[in-house]
Amino acid sequence: MRVRAEEAGRIPHEGRLPAVANVAVRLVDVVKKFGETVAVDHIDLEVRDGEFFSLLGPSGCGKTTTLRMIGGFEEPTAGLIELQGQDVTWLPPYQRNVNTVFQNYALFPHLTIYENVAFGLRRKGVKEAEIKSRATEMLELVELPGFENRKPNQISGGQAQRVALARALINRPAVLLLDEPLGALDLKLRKQMQVELKRIQKEVGITFVYVTHDQEEAMTMSDRIAVMNRGHYEQLGEPEMLYERPQTRFVAGFLGVSNLIAGRVDATAGGDWATIALDNGVTVRAPRALAEGKTRILLGVRPEKIRLYETHETVPESHNRMPGTIRAASYMGVSTQYQVDVPGNRRLTVFEQNVERATKSELWAPGEVVVVGWQPQHSFVVRDESAEAAAEEATEVAAEPFGE
Amino acid sequence: MGGFIKRHRWIAPYALLAPGVLWLLVFYVYPGIQMFIASFWSGTLETGFTFSVSNWTNYPDALQGASAQFVRSILYAGAATLLTFLIAYPLAYTIAFKGGHYKALLLFLVVAPFFTSFLLRTISWKIILGDSGLFLAPLKTIGLVPSDFRLLAEPVAVVSGITYNFLPFMTLPIYVSLEKIDHRLVEAAKDLYAGPWRPGGAIAGLVIGGLLGGVLGYIFEYSIPVFAIAAAAAGAIIGWFFISQSFTRVTFPLSLPGVFAGSLLTFIPAIGDYVNAEFLGNPGTTMVGNVIQNKFLVQNDYPAASALSFILMAGILVAVAIYARALGTEGLTTGRG
Ligand SMILES: Nc1ncnc2c1ncn2[C@@H]1O[C@H](COP(=O)(O)OP(=O)(O)OP(=O)(O)O)[C@@H](O)[C@H]1O
Ligand SMILES: [Mg+2]
Repeated sequence: MRVRAEEAGRIPHEGRLPAVANVAVRLVDVVKKFGETVAVDHIDLEVRDGEFFSLLGPSGCGKTTTLRMIGGFEEPTAGLIELQGQDVTWLPPYQRNVNTVFQNYALFPHLTIYENVAFGLRRKGVKEAEIKSRATEMLELVELPGFENRKPNQISGGQAQRVALARALINRPAVLLLDEPLGALDLKLRKQMQVELKRIQKEVGITFVYVTHDQEEAMTMSDRIAVMNRGHYEQLGEPEMLYERPQTRFVAGFLGVSNLIAGRVDATAGGDWATIALDNGVTVRAPRALAEGKTRILLGVRPEKIRLYETHETVPESHNRMPGTIRAASYMGVSTQYQVDVPGNRRLTVFEQNVERATKSELWAPGEVVVVGWQPQHSFVVRDESAEAAAEEATEVAAEPFGE
Repeated sequence: MGGFIKRHRWIAPYALLAPGVLWLLVFYVYPGIQMFIASFWSGTLETGFTFSVSNWTNYPDALQGASAQFVRSILYAGAATLLTFLIAYPLAYTIAFKGGHYKALLLFLVVAPFFTSFLLRTISWKIILGDSGLFLAPLKTIGLVPSDFRLLAEPVAVVSGITYNFLPFMTLPIYVSLEKIDHRLVEAAKDLYAGPWRPGGAIAGLVIGGLLGGVLGYIFEYSIPVFAIAAAAAGAIIGWFFISQSFTRVTFPLSLPGVFAGSLLTFIPAIGDYVNAEFLGNPGTTMVGNVIQNKFLVQNDYPAASALSFILMAGILVAVAIYARALGTEGLTTGRG
């Protein structure tokens, strides 16, 4: 994570980008059905001009479908799509100022690299001299000068990726759509291209809408991310927000590892903190703003935020704490991952940096009794959908208050 | 045994080729050589044939005697190839891209005529095109064509017959090449501003249609301007409404290998065909195949028939070589290159 420890308390806010930024893409209540399947389920979305925006989610959640509707390859069943304030819902792709980098690159096999790159400008009727200078410039931008006369089957996957990028960017679209553009590359090339893509995006200043199912990729590259699940997004925000303050169980689980314990909000009496009574009998504190208006919740804390203390050590007064027993330890070089049993039959995952401990004998050993502690501002609160659903059902069926 | 094969891996490709090579040796090369020898014969079946190199004059003699049929063969086969292409391409395109669940059924329908004999199919055309047949009778009753108008025994009947008989040979290769085009390439083209072609397509359609119509009018021995104007109009309409830039820039170039294969599979057998001219034509529409057939089977003039066959073969070889060079098959057959 990019958030350093001393910063962690100060959680960045969405408002950090200028609030008046122009909207590059706007989806208004967009729905897409394929027969019975609802691929996109009422999405409202605003992508700001010049930002690197990612759609992140598991396979089949509707990322590609959303992107294809923006590109014009798919018509929405309902809703509205705007590009730079213009309604383009029913415009064909060739009338939209948007270009796409396809997952398999879709380079034209019968044309040279130069002709591939020049394709869009030729269709627009740009003068030959300008095409030539822009194509050369583009091939330089993607670091492929001298490849003009090759055919797509004479270049590597990584190079094809760059050609696809050049072929789209040369048209200077308002928005560039990328559907898992690095999906076919091996890990090393992928990492390299992530940096490259980010550099190019900064350089050309074009809005990128980027589809990926790789949370790390989305986190390192994006200005903002929409985390999608089953046809809609569950949370939208900057990577830090999504990681530090996930609002749903799905987001908490999809981005990184989370420890979640069920509980109920006891009191939000005054001050910065809410008191939360966990179902395992422990009472902890969490930022009040996160808990307000909720009753049944899941309290979350990231594994690297937890510290393990000896039973005789003093845990700072303000910290949340509970007793634990080490169940398993796996040494991973940079850090050690522990499984810690805590009251209520819960098991927490804890990452401890191997800063102070160097040899194996200094690690916590299975069976050791410890105290688990973390700062209250590192707690996050997620709505407990299962408890809410259960409660709803109970009231519907029996019309009686749900006993806890 | 396995060890032997392992140590002599180079044998494998030859072993795989052997049956085909053997087949060709027995049924193609051997009769070919014999025919080549026969083309230097002189004499008749009664007196017996004698071989002499000085009989090379058989070639110019044969060519001279059948020059009209040669020209006609080229024109008819060319026209039929063009027409099969014009019919087969939209057909293959529709099946490949819009066929949906019916692809297999539609393909079956394309080859279904093959379940009846070639001869029967051609004779049925004779009935359809007859002076008071299925096609003309209604037109004549409503007075759309004069009562002495005929299709049968005209060049148009011969070309129609060939076109019909070889349609699957054109359709299937084009279908195969269209079918394997990645649909995302078409989407990519549209993404890169390839929209409808409109004026360009209409003008191209007008010019190409006019030219082809004129040529067909000439071959059918019918009014050239009427054909040219009608075809130009049709071409312009098709060009305006149906030809998009993604088609001309991506789909069509990528389907050229199929067009190439299909036109060879149609043109080569069509140029040697004699059945269609025999049943659907008149003495003035005979093709070189009719001459060869007549000389071999009726007149027993083996030397002239052999010489004609060789000229035909050599002509086709040269034509195919030029065609392949013009279309740049090396790049085409791989679809990339
Ligand atoms: N053309 C189509 N016809 C029918 N169903 C479709 C079609 N395209 C997508 N779907 C369905 O819509 C849902 C969303 O698909 P989509 O391709 O958008 O997912 P995705 O998030 O891009 O997944 P992945 O990460 O696997 O690419 C899936 O359930 C899929 O089966
Ligand atoms: Mg997808």
